[in-house]
Amino acid sequence: MTAATRAIGAPLARLEGPEKVSGTAKYAAEYRQENMAYGWVVPSPVPHGRLRAVLADPSADAIAVLWHGNAPELAAADDPELAVLQSDRISYRGQPVALVVAGTLEAARRAAQVLQLDIETLPHEAVLRTDHPEVYTPDTVNPGFPAESSAGDVDRALAEAPVTVDVTYTTPALHNNPMEPHATIARWDGDDLTVYDSNQHPSGVAATLATVFGVDRVHVVTEHVGGGFGSKGTARPNAVLAALAARVTGRPVQVALPRQAMFSLVGHRTPTIQRIRLGADTDGVLTAIEHQAWSQTSRLYEFAEQTAVTTRHMYAAPHRRTGHRLLRLDMPTPRWMRAPGEAPGMVGLECALDELAEQLSLDPVELRIRNEPHTEPETGTPFTSRHYVDCLRAGADRFGWWGRDPRPRQQRDGDWWIGTGMAGATYPAMAQPSTARVRDLADGGFEVAIGATDLGTGARTILSQIAADALGVPTGRIRIRIGDSTLPQASVAGGSSGSASWGWAVTEACRELRRTGGAEAVFDTTDLIAKQEKEGRHAFGAHFAEVRVDAVTGEIRVSRLFGMYAAGRILNARTARSQFLGGMIMGMGMALHEEGVLDPALGEWINHDLAEYHIPAHADVESIDAAWLDEHDDQLNPMGSKGIGEIGIVGSPAAILNAVWHATGVRVRDLPARLDKILPHLPT
Amino acid sequence: MRLTVNGSEHELDLDPRTTLLDALREHLGLTGAKKGCDHGQCGACTVLLDGRRVNSCLILAIAQQDARVTTIEGLGGHPVQRGFLEHDGFQCGYCTPGQICSAVGMLGEVERGWPSATGDDDPLSDAEIRERMSGNLCRCGAYPNMVPAIREAAGR
Ligand code: FES
Ligand code: FES
Repeated sequence: MTAATRAIGAPLARLEGPEKVSGTAKYAAEYRQENMAYGWVVPSPVPHGRLRAVLADPSADAIAVLWHGNAPELAAADDPELAVLQSDRISYRGQPVALVVAGTLEAARRAAQVLQLDIETLPHEAVLRTDHPEVYTPDTVNPGFPAESSAGDVDRALAEAPVTVDVTYTTPALHNNPMEPHATIARWDGDDLTVYDSNQHPSGVAATLATVFGVDRVHVVTEHVGGGFGSKGTARPNAVLAALAARVTGRPVQVALPRQAMFSLVGHRTPTIQRIRLGADTDGVLTAIEHQAWSQTSRLYEFAEQTAVTTRHMYAAPHRRTGHRLLRLDMPTPRWMRAPGEAPGMVGLECALDELAEQLSLDPVELRIRNEPHTEPETGTPFTSRHYVDCLRAGADRFGWWGRDPRPRQQRDGDWWIGTGMAGATYPAMAQPSTARVRDLADGGFEVAIGATDLGTGARTILSQIAADALGVPTGRIRIRIGDSTLPQASVAGGSSGSASWGWAVTEACRELRRTGGAEAVFDTTDLIAKQEKEGRHAFGAHFAEVRVDAVTGEIRVSRLFGMYAAGRILNARTARSQFLGGMIMGMGMALHEEGVLDPALGEWINHDLAEYHIPAHADVESIDAAWLDEHDDQLNPMGSKGIGEIGIVGSPAAILNAVWHATGVRVRDLPARLDKILPHLPT
Repeated sequence: MRLTVNGSEHELDLDPRTTLLDALREHLGLTGAKKGCDHGQCGACTVLLDGRRVNSCLILAIAQQDARVTTIEGLGGHPVQRGFLEHDGFQCGYCTPGQICSAVGMLGEVERGWPSATGDDDPLSDAEIRERMSGNLCRCGAYPNMVPAIREAAGR
């Protein structure tokens, strides 16, 4: 190759770094507008009911109090949650029932607090359980997989297997909680709507708002985003409310959600209940795998988490079955949270495998190696690349795994029980249609424009590397424009597909520019992607953890965490490492800290703030590292890349839980593994 | 009322309920300090008040007329800022101004001999830095890269 290969893969520092460390990078709520008003969401205080009336306190200084009794009619979007203030029906606690608009933030908040709501309360249900009579099987699970799959005769194979495992794991509601709460500033100039909004998909948010308000020109600006982790994948109610209030008041309006609203209004990861049954021969070769998953959705919208889907391709076994069941509750709608499906599903599968290894007295790494499939186990589709076993071996080498005593509760250092655990990781490699435009600026520079966003992934930087290589120029000559819906439309920054999707469009546009020698080239990848096989495309990895558990208090510390990945070509070694580590740290939170604690009577997660919903803090993260294999896969996209934003949270929770068992002999099957679940089982 | 921020004095007409954070962000256009929780739970709004780190969302602006406020915009190329760039100490960047201001304030505390819960002999060991920085949450998990950034800024 040419000069080209020099930029991709290099540890180029983030282009927007100087703005981010100097406080000049602008996030959605930071675009000051002349005469701006502030909207404050009034959340429903009940999970199910009907709003009869609102009574505003005249002493509160509100410009407007919007509710379904006076709000303008909106057109329906695909997402019923965007029909804000359109009906008297209350479907979950925290649902916006009114929006108070005032000239200052303080006045808006106060007026919202004293707004009186006349509500008819109706009975509600808030608890997911497997024996509820309304549990049903959805037609498909996200993003379009069949809800069930099966091959062979699982029941017979399990009955005949000399070694079996039959366990149930549960994961709680988890909350994305990006550090930047969802926020929007909306301004109307005639029928032109401009929206500064924190989201993962400016092109999509613009299209949705255009539909909802029945207008043609919507301009969404999303230059910097303070994280999303799935919760900003589509327009959220704050965007519609801000635009609605701006329409009614004739002033620009800011709606920035308070942290508390982030637990109910923008999605969360559904709780799951997972039953896993494994059958194996005495050598540890699996004969049967079954994974049944229950999760919840709301009354408003069917969101079907694909919890058991990864089990369809992880390991070989002739007899296999997976299934998903859903229950509608009077609760907020679950949505995407980093590795939806994969993250909770791999807790069930990878912990169950550890339990099988225990029964077989077989090394957990070796057990996985013995069950490596050669093609997709359910369909026979070949993998474009699969280096799972290489990750297991290389990861075990680098972690210092080999020679480990497999028996639990063998290693002690003062008050600390010490143990190690491991688990596999996987994430699909996807790409979605996008369009990019490249212009020769005639001063030696090139402008690359695409309506993508950078949530902290490094997208801006990576696209400059991709463009530099495709044009055969140094990255310093590339000017990247993203974060704006008026740029060529791009797919969502989600599903770890951003770099692959946008980078593909950028590469093709650059190639076209070189081919034609013109001043501008535009390329849309829709046709190329339509022709691509969709199956057999996954990244793989392996996580290894060492934990210390205090014998007196039950406190759990993760003293070492290591991830080894095979994720195609790594486009930027520096930002990739940060992505992997960030995912692993969120996985640590899932294993040990994070839990939306439900009060069934209120229909609410009562720990809805950052003091009580614990996410990993500085002191929780000790020795942590990630590494990757040099994987080449030319069937994916021109860069040969697989997504890396999510795989770090897949399997890392299971590795930690398995290490907790190895340290203490205690199997925690209901996440998170808190000290109160361990302490009663420790020897005194 | 009067507010002295990054060396300049501002005359402001503020609601007495206005927090220092909202005064900075909504009235002075200094949006470097971030709002992550508005409840003193995340550290995104950390600024320096007479050199000490504080959560500006927990402070009423009107009570700070005699104080010197330093925000991220006023740090002017501090070694901690350079360290964050060098070590990729951030991803989305939203917690970053708070992390940096907090680190600057923390280094001052170490200089003044303030202890931490860790109690290491070396007040700037990695474990000490992590403990002393634990009031600043980062959902992106950029913690491992912030520690060397802060350590090196302290000349270690
Ligand atoms: S915004 Fe002040 S501590 Fe979170
Ligand atoms: S860099 Fe995103 S929250 Fe810290």
